[in-house]
Amino acid sequence: MELLIGQMFAGLSLGSVLLLAALGLSLTFGQMGVINMAHGEFMMAGAYTAFVVQQAISDAGVSLLVSIPAGFLVGGVLGLVLEEVLLRRMYHRPLDTLLVTFGVALILQQAARDIFGAPSVDVRTPAWLQGNIELLGAPIPLTRLFILGLSLLCLAGLVLLLKATPLGRRIRAVVLNRDLAETSGVSTRRSDQLTFFIGSGLAGIAGVAVTLIGSTSPYLGTNYIVDAFLVVVAGGIGQIKGAVIAAFALGVLQSAFEYSTTASIGKVLILIVIVVFLQLRPQGIFSLKTRSLA
Amino acid sequence: MKRLLRGRLGPAAGFTLGAVLLLGVAPAVLPAFNLGLLGKFLCFAIVAVGIGLAWGRGGMLTLGQGVFFGLGAYIMAMHMKLADASLFGGSGVPDFMSLYGSGEVPGWWEPFRSPAVTLLAVVLVPGLVALVLGLAIFKRRVKGAYFAILSQALAAAFAVFLIGQQATTGGSNGLNGFRSFFGFDLKDPNNKLMLYMIAAVVLLVSVAIARQLMHSRFGELLVAVRDQEERVRFLGYDPATVKTVIYVVAAVLAGVAGALFVPLVGIISPADVGVIPSIAFLIGVAIGGRATLLGPVLGAVSVAAAQSSLSSTFPSFWVYFQGLLFVLVIGFMPGGLASLPSLLGRWRRTLPAASTPGAPWTAASTPAATSTNAPGPNVEVKASKPEAVSR
Repeated sequence: MELLIGQMFAGLSLGSVLLLAALGLSLTFGQMGVINMAHGEFMMAGAYTAFVVQQAISDAGVSLLVSIPAGFLVGGVLGLVLEEVLLRRMYHRPLDTLLVTFGVALILQQAARDIFGAPSVDVRTPAWLQGNIELLGAPIPLTRLFILGLSLLCLAGLVLLLKATPLGRRIRAVVLNRDLAETSGVSTRRSDQLTFFIGSGLAGIAGVAVTLIGSTSPYLGTNYIVDAFLVVVAGGIGQIKGAVIAAFALGVLQSAFEYSTTASIGKVLILIVIVVFLQLRPQGIFSLKTRSLA
Repeated sequence: MKRLLRGRLGPAAGFTLGAVLLLGVAPAVLPAFNLGLLGKFLCFAIVAVGIGLAWGRGGMLTLGQGVFFGLGAYIMAMHMKLADASLFGGSGVPDFMSLYGSGEVPGWWEPFRSPAVTLLAVVLVPGLVALVLGLAIFKRRVKGAYFAILSQALAAAFAVFLIGQQATTGGSNGLNGFRSFFGFDLKDPNNKLMLYMIAAVVLLVSVAIARQLMHSRFGELLVAVRDQEERVRFLGYDPATVKTVIYVVAAVLAGVAGALFVPLVGIISPADVGVIPSIAFLIGVAIGGRATLLGPVLGAVSVAAAQSSLSSTFPSFWVYFQGLLFVLVIGFMPGGLASLPSLLGRWRRTLPAASTPGAPWTAASTPAATSTNAPGPNVEVKASKPEAVSR
């Protein structure tokens, strides 16, 4: 029983990290069809933000709480710059954005190596997040619980923003029909910028969160980006609820596979599961119902 | 040069020139070490020919060519390890297995003791993997972006798998320390020359095959699928079949290149097959001109040459440079250097912008209304800034 609870929670916890990493990606991919390979590097930037903030504020608890908005800002600003300088020229070439942002990712990785050095750095965990709590006899690490809470909080914030604010309405309008939104007076240009800012900011928050469960290195982004993309693919483009279901499903599946086989075989099995799943639903779990052929 | 890249008037001339350079001039003037390096670049060029077909002509952004390269390479490496163990050690068990593993050769290694099975597997295994994946993805009309991401995930999973199986694949060290190649001693300079020659001939043959494919009806269909997949479907063709066939061709080319890479370079490790090397294959193709015949070959060889001369001296600079190449070439010159003449022509407004058959980039076409998965090359090349071009 303890083992089952522990396993379930490990899966949920992995899922929550995937969800944090994939939320912003789902937003930018869904709205603009831009495949942002630098999303992982925005996470890395958020993680290093947490490291820098901790150098300035020695109290681990305060610095964590400061890092979260700071990471959001750093990620968001990076995203805005990327969108402004490169991506807005490339909206009619979605596949090529993948390669351009890969180039940006390489540059950001090397910049991190030159600034912070290639060896990984550690961010200290606040005292109130150290240790475990007991749940039906199974030990649950507090840091993991915190990340789960944080990802649900980000999710709630994003859903509220999309459902209940004028800004969110505009964003949803652009996702559904860009041309019609433009002719109805929605500035798609501004909506694109805001979407990219929020999506990349969420990557920054995800980066701050993963400092709690591992060390920070220039390669941090590459560890998460492929999995985050798989979540978006399995969930359906631009579908937040799809991303949520896919993230937790993949998290639980992956920890189950890793428990029963090995980490390396688990990775391959996950990929096979996704390819088989796409045989049943090529558009992902949820897809926008449109009459377009694409 | 323009004529040479266009693949219409000049391919025969370019091909002959290339053959003379590769088979005659290079072995005569290059020292043995540089010839070996050139052989390694030619392997990358063979991969690039396949990517040029699949991506440049077919519009399929394949980010997993490292997997097929790796399959071919590991199959060849396994055979060479087993052969070495029988020839020199006598025990028949490769050295690293005694170090990390149980000292037993696992069952899935055994078939590769036979040279014939190995040569077949080098072609068949990558081809079959591509066939299964291609059918699974294209038949169900999974979007282009999804295909790119899935092929990338395949590369990631493959690298993780290799690293995880230390005892049977050599883990992150990979397989190395080969001494013989089908009974030929690898230290002998004559055998090294022979290996280089094989690589050069295979490259020339792949280019010839690519040319035949491009100028066949199938090649026309491939370009049509890239530019207007739905229209092709309504005409009664099955785009999935077209895409799968060319994906398999690209995979087989990558597998053969990998198999040649191992005896030439002497090592294959997960660092050569993961996500980053898989994408790095693409940049040479993009620089040369992804939809041209000889562009990918020239681009791949020049990028590989630049990397081998720069990355050891200035490792940090090289990564920045590689990143910038991706940003500038893909962002501002999607047709690669092959489109430079027409780009310059537009910029000066002196030459009429003729649409060249080899470079669809210059042919203005209307982007599909739902551009979420419009195939890449639906592009009007905007007159890019001169400084972006000259850098």
